[in-house]
Amino acid sequence: MAVCVAVIAKENYPLYIRSSPTENELKFHYMVHTSLDVVDEKISAMGKALVDQRELYLGLLYPTEDHKVYPSYLLCRYGYVTNSKVKFVMVVDSSNTALRDNEIRSMFRKLHSSYTDVMCNPFYNPGDRIQSRAFDSMVTSMMVQVC
Amino acid sequence: MEGLTLSDAEQKYYSDLFSYCDIESTKKVAANGRVLELFRAAQLPNDVVLQIMELCGATRLGYFGRSQFYIALKLVAVAQSGFPLRVESINTVKDLPLPRFVASKNEQESRHAASYSSDSENQGSYSGVIPPPPGRGQAKKGSVSHDTVQPRTSTDQQEPASPVVSPQQSPPNSPHTWRKHSRHPSGGNSERPLAGPGPFWSPFGEAQSGSAAADAVWSGHSPPPPPPQETWVSFADTPPTSTLLTMHPASVQDQTTVRTVASATTANEIRRQSSSYDDPWKITDEQRQYYVNQFKTIQPDLNGFIPGSAAKEFFTKSKLPILELSHIWELSDFDKDGALTLDEFCAAFHLVVARKNGYDLPEKLPESLMPKLIDLEDSADVGDQPGEVGYSGSPAEAPPSKSPSMPSLNQTWPELNQSSEDTAIVHPVPIRMTPSKIHMQEMELKRTGSDHTNPTSPLLVKPSDLSEESKINSSVKFASGNTVDGYSSSDSFTSDPEQIGNNVTHQRSHSGTSPDNTAPPPPPPRPQPSHSRSSSLDMNRTFAVTTGQQQAGVVAHPPAVPPRPQPSQAPGPVVHRPVDADGLITHTSTSPQQIPEQPNFADFSQFEVFAASNVNEEQDDEAEKHPEVLPVEKASDSASSLRVAKTDSKIEEKTAASVPANVSKGTTPLAPPPKPVRRRLKSEDELKPEVDEHTQKTGVLAAVLASQPSIPRSVGKDKKAIQASIRRNKETNTVLARLNSELQQQLKDVLEERISLEVQLEQLRPFSHL
Repeated sequence: MAVCVAVIAKENYPLYIRSSPTENELKFHYMVHTSLDVVDEKISAMGKALVDQRELYLGLLYPTEDHKVYPSYLLCRYGYVTNSKVKFVMVVDSSNTALRDNEIRSMFRKLHSSYTDVMCNPFYNPGDRIQSRAFDSMVTSMMVQVC
Repeated sequence: MEGLTLSDAEQKYYSDLFSYCDIESTKKVAANGRVLELFRAAQLPNDVVLQIMELCGATRLGYFGRSQFYIALKLVAVAQSGFPLRVESINTVKDLPLPRFVASKNEQESRHAASYSSDSENQGSYSGVIPPPPGRGQAKKGSVSHDTVQPRTSTDQQEPASPVVSPQQSPPNSPHTWRKHSRHPSGGNSERPLAGPGPFWSPFGEAQSGSAAADAVWSGHSPPPPPPQETWVSFADTPPTSTLLTMHPASVQDQTTVRTVASATTANEIRRQSSSYDDPWKITDEQRQYYVNQFKTIQPDLNGFIPGSAAKEFFTKSKLPILELSHIWELSDFDKDGALTLDEFCAAFHLVVARKNGYDLPEKLPESLMPKLIDLEDSADVGDQPGEVGYSGSPAEAPPSKSPSMPSLNQTWPELNQSSEDTAIVHPVPIRMTPSKIHMQEMELKRTGSDHTNPTSPLLVKPSDLSEESKINSSVKFASGNTVDGYSSSDSFTSDPEQIGNNVTHQRSHSGTSPDNTAPPPPPPRPQPSHSRSSSLDMNRTFAVTTGQQQAGVVAHPPAVPPRPQPSQAPGPVVHRPVDADGLITHTSTSPQQIPEQPNFADFSQFEVFAASNVNEEQDDEAEKHPEVLPVEKASDSASSLRVAKTDSKIEEKTAASVPANVSKGTTPLAPPPKPVRRRLKSEDELKPEVDEHTQKTGVLAAVLASQPSIPRSVGKDKKAIQASIRRNKETNTVLARLNSELQQQLKDVLEERISLEVQLEQLRPFSHL
C-alpha cells in the first residue's frame, strides 16, 4: 500500500527512494524531504537513543495531505529510524484501505531487516545507493500496484 | 573386417548408435532402414554413403553387423572430417571426431530441445538415441567431448538442439557445428559456455590447437557445468590459480573419461543426467573440489566461515562488477550472517563462474546451490543430489537465460504482437460510416488492383486488416503510423457501426478505445461485435457491388447507421477533400446515407456546425476522455478522410457532381454530436480553412476521384493509374499526417487544460475532506 519508500542515511541523503506512481516521483521526493524535518524533530525530542524497537517507529509524521493532481490519495507519511540514525520514510495511500498501525510497523520491520541484509553484503559500501535486487523486490512487494 | 580400434568415447558412442539402430534388438544386426536414416542424417553425399557402406562390408553381407556398423560410423566420421574414404583411414586417422548426425529425426530434435528446455523430460526418453554432442556449442570453444558420456545418459540437455555430435570439433569444424547449433540457438548458446574444460578454452582460442585437446577431453569429459570450467580459466587471476585451473579440468576430464568409459553405471549416468539437467547451476565434483581448495586457501577450517571482507577480496579478483558481486553475495549468503560457510562459498564461486561465462545471475539461488542441499551429501554425491534437485528446480532458474529463455522469449513475442494487434482490433470501434465506405472502396481498389485477398477481411478482421489494407493500397497510409492506423481502422469500424446506427455510442466507445494506442486500453468496445457484423454486412455489400453504381449503393449501407459527425460532415480533411468531395458528393447524390458516411472528412464542417452546440459537449468529453477522444477524433478524422477519399474516388466514378458534397456536409453535421465536438477542437482550426477550400477543391477532388476510380476499374493494370493513385495516396498521407500532428497538438493542449482543471478541482476538494 505504500506509494513511496525511502531510506535516508544518517547524513540525510537518500540511500534509496522509490515511488510507485512514477509520474509523481518528484513530488514524493519532496514529501520525503519535508518529512525528514519532522523525523529529526522527533528524534531530538526523544532525547537519548532508545534501543527499543518501538521507539524506532515514529508513527505518522504529518497529517494527511492530498495529491494535487488526479488521484487524490490520502497520503500519510510514516517514519522509522534505526539506531544508526538511518531513517525510513514511507508514504502510504490510505484512501483505499486504512492501514493499521501494526501493518505499518511490520512493513518497517521488513524494511529494516532487508536493510540489514544489504548492510551485511561486503560488497556494499555504506553510503552507496542501495542497488540490491533483493531489497528492490521486497520494496516492490510492499508498494502499491498502480496500473 | 579390418581391425578397428575405437577410443573409449567412440566405443560408447557407436554402441549407442548401434542400439539405436538395432530396433529389432538382435544385438547383431542394425536395421538397414535405421542405418540409412542415420547416414542420411550425417549429411554426406549419397555416393559417399554408398562408398561407406561398401567399405564397411555391409553391401557384401547384406546387413549391418555390429562391426560393420562401427566401421561405417568411423568412416562417416572420416568423411565428415574431410578425409578420403579408405579402409585404412579408419585406423590411421587419429583424433577423429565423432561422426555428426544431423538430427533429422523429429524425435531426436524434440528430445534434445525438450531436454534442453525442460531438463526433465528427455533424459528418460532419449536414452540410447544418438547422443548429441554436448559440445556443440563447445565445439566452438573446442570443448565438446563430454558428450560421449552424455549420450549415455541421454541427457543432452546441453545439446538440446540436435543430435548432432559435434564433439570436439576442432576449430575448423566449429563453424559447421555452430551452424547446427544455430538451429537451436538456445541450446547452443548455453552449450557454449558449458563446453569445455578450462584448458580447452585457451587452446581452442588458438584455433587448431584446441581440437586435439578437445578431442582428448571430449572423449571422457563429463559435461560438468561448463561455466565452471570456463571460469576456471578466466578466473585465473593468479598464476597458481590458473595452473590449478588448467590442471583441474584435464584431470577432471581424465577422471570422467575413465568414469564414463569404465563405469557407465547408473550412478554416473544419473550424475551426468542431473548435471545436464542442472546445467550451469550444478556443481560437479571437480568443481566442488576446486572450490573447496579455494576455500581452504582463505579459511583452513572447512567448517569455519569466511568473513565478508576476505570473501570480498577474493571475489573481486574475478573482475566482475561490484554490483554483480553484491548480487551474488546476496544470493549465496544464505543465512545472511555476513560470512560464507563452505557451501555458501561454493555457491558463490559457482555463481561467479557462471557469470564469467556469460550466464545471467538468477534472481533466486538455484536449488542446487542451496547450502542445505549440498550439506546433505558428501563430495562424491554432491553431483547427484543437487543435480536431481537441480533439475527439478533449476530448469526454471537455469541460466538458460540464454537458451531456454530464448524460445520462450520468441514465443512470447508473437503473442505480444498478437495481443497488440488484438488491442488494435479492439480499439477501432467502427464509428463512422465514412470510413467504412472509404474502406469499402479501398477494398474495391484492392480487390481490383491489388492482391488483397479478402475484402471482407479488413472489415471483419478489424483494424489490423484495415490498416493493412489501407497500407497496401498505400492509400490508407495513415501518417501517424500505429496510432493513426489504429484510428483509421477504428474509423473503418466506426463506419460500419454507423451504418448500423450505433453512431454515437460507437463513436464514443471508439474514441475511448482509440486512445488505447496511447493510453491504457479501455474496455473493449462493445460495438465491435456489432461492428464486425455490420462490417461483414457492409463488406458483403461492398463486394457485391463491384461496379461503381453498386459501390455507391453499398456505401449507402454503411452510412445509414452512423450519424457520426464525421461522415455527416462535409468532407473536411484537406486531402480527402479533393477525393472526398467527389465522394461525398456522390454519396449525397446517391443516397443520403452515404453522405453521412463519407463526410468523415466532412467532420470539419460538422465541427463548425457543432462548434456552437457542441462546445459544452466538448468540454464534457474533454473532461472525460480528453486524451482519448482527441486522438480518436483525430484518427477518425484522418481515417475517415482517407476513407472518404477512397470511397469518394469510387463514387466519383459513378457520380460527378461536386455539389452534393456540400449538401452532404450540411446534412451530416448533425449526426454524431460527441465526435464532432471533439473534432471540433482540433478540426475547428483546420476545418475552417478546409471548409473554405473545400469548394475549391471539389473540382480538384472530382478530378482526382475520376482518376482514382479508374484504378480500381482497371484492376490496377494501368500502371500510370496506379502510380497516380499512389501519388494521391501519398498526398493524402501527408495531409493526414499533418492533420494528425495538428490534432495531437490540440490534444496536448486539451490535456493541459484538463490537468489544470483537475488541479483546480483538487484544490477545492480538500475543503470537502475537512
